[in-house]
Amino acid sequence: MKIAVCVKQVPDSWAEKKMVNGVLDREGVDAVLNDLDEYAVEEALRIVEAHGGNEEGGAHSVTIVSMGPERATEAIRKALSMGANDAILVSDAALAGSDALATSKVLAEVIKSGGFDLVICGTESTDARMSVVPAMLAQRLGWAQLTFASSVSVDPGANTVSITRTTEAGVDAINSKFPAVISVVEKINEPRYPSFKGIMASKKKTIDSRDLATVGVSAESAWSLVADSAPRPPRAAGVKITDEGNGGNDLVKFLAEKKFI
Amino acid sequence: MSQVLILADFAGDKCTKTTAELATAAARNGSVTAIVLAAPGAGATLAASVKHGPIASVLVVESADFATYGVAAASDAIAQVIAQKSPTALFVASHAYGKEVAGRVAVATDSGIITDAVDVSADLTATQLVFGGSTTVHSKVSKGVAIITVRPNSIEADLSDSTPAVENLSLTISDSAKLATTTSSTPPVKGGRPELTEAQIVVSGGRGTNGDFGAVEGFADSLNAAVGASRAATDAGWYPHSHQVGQTGKTVSPQLYVACGISGAIQHRAGMQTSKTIAVVNKDPEAPIFDLADFGVVGDLFAVLPQATQGVTAQKS
Ligand SMILES: Cc1cc2nc3c(=O)[nH]c(=O)nc-3n(C[C@H](O)[C@H](O)[C@H](O)COP(=O)(O)OP(=O)(O)OC[C@H]3O[C@@H](n4cnc5c(N)ncnc54)[C@H](O)[C@@H]3O)c2cc1C
Repeated sequence: MKIAVCVKQVPDSWAEKKMVNGVLDREGVDAVLNDLDEYAVEEALRIVEAHGGNEEGGAHSVTIVSMGPERATEAIRKALSMGANDAILVSDAALAGSDALATSKVLAEVIKSGGFDLVICGTESTDARMSVVPAMLAQRLGWAQLTFASSVSVDPGANTVSITRTTEAGVDAINSKFPAVISVVEKINEPRYPSFKGIMASKKKTIDSRDLATVGVSAESAWSLVADSAPRPPRAAGVKITDEGNGGNDLVKFLAEKKFI
Repeated sequence: MSQVLILADFAGDKCTKTTAELATAAARNGSVTAIVLAAPGAGATLAASVKHGPIASVLVVESADFATYGVAAASDAIAQVIAQKSPTALFVASHAYGKEVAGRVAVATDSGIITDAVDVSADLTATQLVFGGSTTVHSKVSKGVAIITVRPNSIEADLSDSTPAVENLSLTISDSAKLATTTSSTPPVKGGRPELTEAQIVVSGGRGTNGDFGAVEGFADSLNAAVGASRAATDAGWYPHSHQVGQTGKTVSPQLYVACGISGAIQHRAGMQTSKTIAVVNKDPEAPIFDLADFGVVGDLFAVLPQATQGVTAQKS
């Protein structure tokens, strides 16, 4: 069983983000592995571990696939130190400012050529928050879409996978044959911390860097364009009172002034 | 006149207010056709509930495949409708299902996509609030059909009555959309309270409730508000996951958000910080949620909320 896990390097959640020339300014902010992708890495590792593990040269492997600048190797190392086998990073100046359509196109091309059975993603990146790449990948690859999984079970003998999909629309049981694109919600597991051994081992693991020509995709003109962006005025400082027996009444007074009652 | 498609949004067999919001934005750009995807025999009932907002026509597609093949089947049908009708735009509600459908349709029709718009102008310029609501972005799709997902409760809906013409369309769902099979579906339990993403007022409880949502629910009911919860509360099993507000729950932007016993973690803020007015009840004066508060009470929610509930009830009578 060959599993690909798609990960993205994103600005740290608490970092102040701003737009420069219509794209997120990624320079000068701390960059981390998108935390929702850690659940995807963890789930992939649990799947292979449940079926004999991912020893080098064995039947199962977990490959990290990412698109981003060269420095995204830092985020990829974290995924490798959790226990993934190797990684592919697509880096190309022509990809700067790519949207979900471009990203899914590049990722799909890499996955197509890799002979994978399953692709696992997080549900969204914490910077762009579009939550569409897994569905786009399924459409581009023509593979089964099993997304928003709160549990996954795989039968490598029968080449089948079943998930529980949990969204605001309820809970669904969904299954398919391989190959499939899965996305996992954060309730599915508790990602492991990389062990010291894992961190040391990750330094020797291969990150295969590819440019667009190697992947075989040409850079496309954008599907959408940002006209302008502007910081919103910060929220005006509010009123803060301490309850000394009248806090509830004070709250009611505020709500009445604002015409909520 | 150009034609704009919207995907009608339903809760059970009732059309949601979100549908009228989509129609309101879509009508600025052309004549609005609402697509209704239904199980065989259910189309007429669903179509009949699409009766508010500037909707010129309803297009009903019936197929058993929508229940069995979910997002993939819906996307396949919509891409076929787009090929037939050549609309200028497609508007869909911004929730997990809506965004996934929009994403697949964008790929299938080689069109641009903008998600989580809070407004769309007459020239299809979408407004988004990004980076936790700190930045406003205006953007436009530059290729194909403008596919835009619109955040519920952001656009003031024209709720006037409409009597759209109903057209039935029969389509065959492609085999490539039938790869993942849904074997069972359990809809979320609906309480008597307003829907979280549609409510004017949301009152949320966190770990500070210590598992007792009585005070939060009582205050919510006095204001006819929806009840939300932090992840700490849903993880503990105190409140259903479908009520979670935040990055991995729902995004809400009501007129008023009241956070009770919630510290204000970045992942919680991601789901509520574009609320128009924010009130906070928290016993820790240093809790980061106070940074967002228009009105904050430092105090015990079990004392403050019952008093406030009484006060609201007294004012209303
Ligand atoms: C990948 C990921 C995704 C996440 N997604 C979400 C999400 O979607 N939504 C979300 O909410 N969180 C999410 N979280 C979790 C988030 O980081 C916080 O852990 C969570 O929001 C904390 O919930 P809380 O504020 O209720 O609890 P706490 O942080 O424990 O805060 C409890 C607050 O209650 C106050 N309090 C206690 N007792 C009382 C009392 N009697 N009266 C008044 N105040 C009282 C305390 O002062 C404290 O400020 C996510 C985390 C991760 C890692």
